[in-house]
Amino acid sequence: MKHFTKALMVVAALAAGACTNPNRFEENELARNAGGAGAGIIPGSVNDPTSTAFFQTRVGDRVLFAVDQSTLSPEARAVLDGQAQWLATNDDYLAVIEGHADEQGTREYNLALGARRANAVMEYLISQGVAESRLKFVSYGKERPLEVCSEEACYAKNRRAVTVIAASNFTG
Amino acid sequence: MRRVARVCLVLALGLMMGLALSPGGAVAQGPLRIEIDRGVVEPVPFAVPNFVAETPAAEAFAENISRVVAEDLVGTGLFREVPRDAHIARVSSFAAPVPFADWKAINAQALVTGAVSADASGRVVVKFRAWDVFAQAELGQGMQFASSSDGWRRLAHKVADQVYGRLTGERPYFDSRVVFVSETGPKDDRKKRLAIMDYDGANVQYLTGSDAIVLAPRFSPNGAQVLYTSYETGFPRIHVLDVGSVSSRILQAGDGVMSFAPRFSPDGRTVVYSLTQGSNTDIWAMDVATGATRRLTSSPSIETAPSYAPDGRQIVFESDRSGSQQLYVMPALGGEPRRISFGDGRYGTPVWSPRGDRIAFTKQNRGRFHIGVMNVDGSEERLLTASFLDEGPTWSPNGRVIMFTRETQGAQGSSALYSVDISGRNLRRVRTPAGASDPSWGPLQ
Repeated sequence: MKHFTKALMVVAALAAGACTNPNRFEENELARNAGGAGAGIIPGSVNDPTSTAFFQTRVGDRVLFAVDQSTLSPEARAVLDGQAQWLATNDDYLAVIEGHADEQGTREYNLALGARRANAVMEYLISQGVAESRLKFVSYGKERPLEVCSEEACYAKNRRAVTVIAASNFTG
Repeated sequence: MRRVARVCLVLALGLMMGLALSPGGAVAQGPLRIEIDRGVVEPVPFAVPNFVAETPAAEAFAENISRVVAEDLVGTGLFREVPRDAHIARVSSFAAPVPFADWKAINAQALVTGAVSADASGRVVVKFRAWDVFAQAELGQGMQFASSSDGWRRLAHKVADQVYGRLTGERPYFDSRVVFVSETGPKDDRKKRLAIMDYDGANVQYLTGSDAIVLAPRFSPNGAQVLYTSYETGFPRIHVLDVGSVSSRILQAGDGVMSFAPRFSPDGRTVVYSLTQGSNTDIWAMDVATGATRRLTSSPSIETAPSYAPDGRQIVFESDRSGSQQLYVMPALGGEPRRISFGDGRYGTPVWSPRGDRIAFTKQNRGRFHIGVMNVDGSEERLLTASFLDEGPTWSPNGRVIMFTRETQGAQGSSALYSVDISGRNLRRVRTPAGASDPSWGPLQ
């Protein structure tokens, strides 16, 4: 638990960096160009199917929810099927599912709602064969919005559960 | 009170003031008395001439203390200060007779006079007297308070508390503190840290760093401790902080993904809180001394934001068991909850008033947020505020004022603390050095 927590903190920091780094896709572009120049797949790049970058962008690391709901839509299930497959292939990774809510709601309720969403994702991944011991979840409620406008366009992206990949060697 | 009413002049819209007609006469007269519950529309004018500095070192304190006394009284919305440059009388000695005619001439109905002394050791002493100008009589007895020099604002609040109590018959609230979350940074990278301040926003002190998200601090009944939720471990966990030593520890709230929304019982021995296990959030209680926990709700829905009645016998909380957030009351040891909110919209964050007769709440309806109050059986719901996002009410120690968080809309949105009288009047922004949220109003010190 203690090691896992440490790993989480590292991963959370990485994830936060990825989320707020406006150059993320530019870097991916560079990696692709490098690949096209005949250097082969750069390990850890978005073209490396075993990389967390691949998981984030190609598999899709997040699913979205309707207002005040934690039900998984067919689109969300499709994304999670991909996540489960990736986790099956890359079985040395752990994952932390982060549940979030939009700002339209009271703080405590949104924390509990984010937990419902993250748990729904976790339960689904388990149902698709991912070992429960590899998964954890946490809720941020409305404390960590990705989008900052106060309109449905932003709210829709903030009502999310994000699967954050953690390397298992952190568990020691 | 009957006696007061007999000699009252009833002014427009229920403002009542007791005006004694013949001071010193044979008929017993009532003192100046503001009836808050009737809804004060026209604030009562008062004067606070600068307190007399009785030692050279006391001059700055004398001026500052009298200013804070005036600010406290004006801040209630019940009183209006007659500006000092309109004063006719000059107070040069605390013991001198009050020239009532001079104060009456500028329509100051209440008068506060005072004197301050300060000695070389840094000890400040303030004494004051309150006067009913029209009755030409003293309101209560003169009193004095002393503190070290850095406590001068508390001296002012104590004087103002006395004056407020004598004029309204209510318990006061100025000498109190608020613990809250100080917020800086943009909406998508907000830094939060716990802070404590005087009720009026002065003397802000930070209690945590901003490394981890902190949420919803709650004072213990005696103000010595603060419960809050922190992500310090990576997961939301309830912490308890000792205000004096600024040291905190995790409360082992049981086996769950997260524990949050803690609040003390009125005797300070129990903490009631939410624990999330799987997708389910329920309400639990913990004996602070033994760490023993007890589950109070067991519904598959979200149960959170519990708050004890002041007698400790019942708990009000929110639950979405009906399909949307609503308010419920249950016995303090658990048991069948009784729903009390039935209006349109969603109801959350209920807080029992210190008097026990009302519950403050956040209401969300048609895209707007409100702070409201209702009787404990859910009757007489009244909304006090409306905005893009108001939430998280906390009661002043006397149950007259509610402080809450207001967040503004859009990408540049930020949080601030506001207060409002339970009549819905006197909405004010509380001064804070940065953004602020989640206030918890502590006891009278």
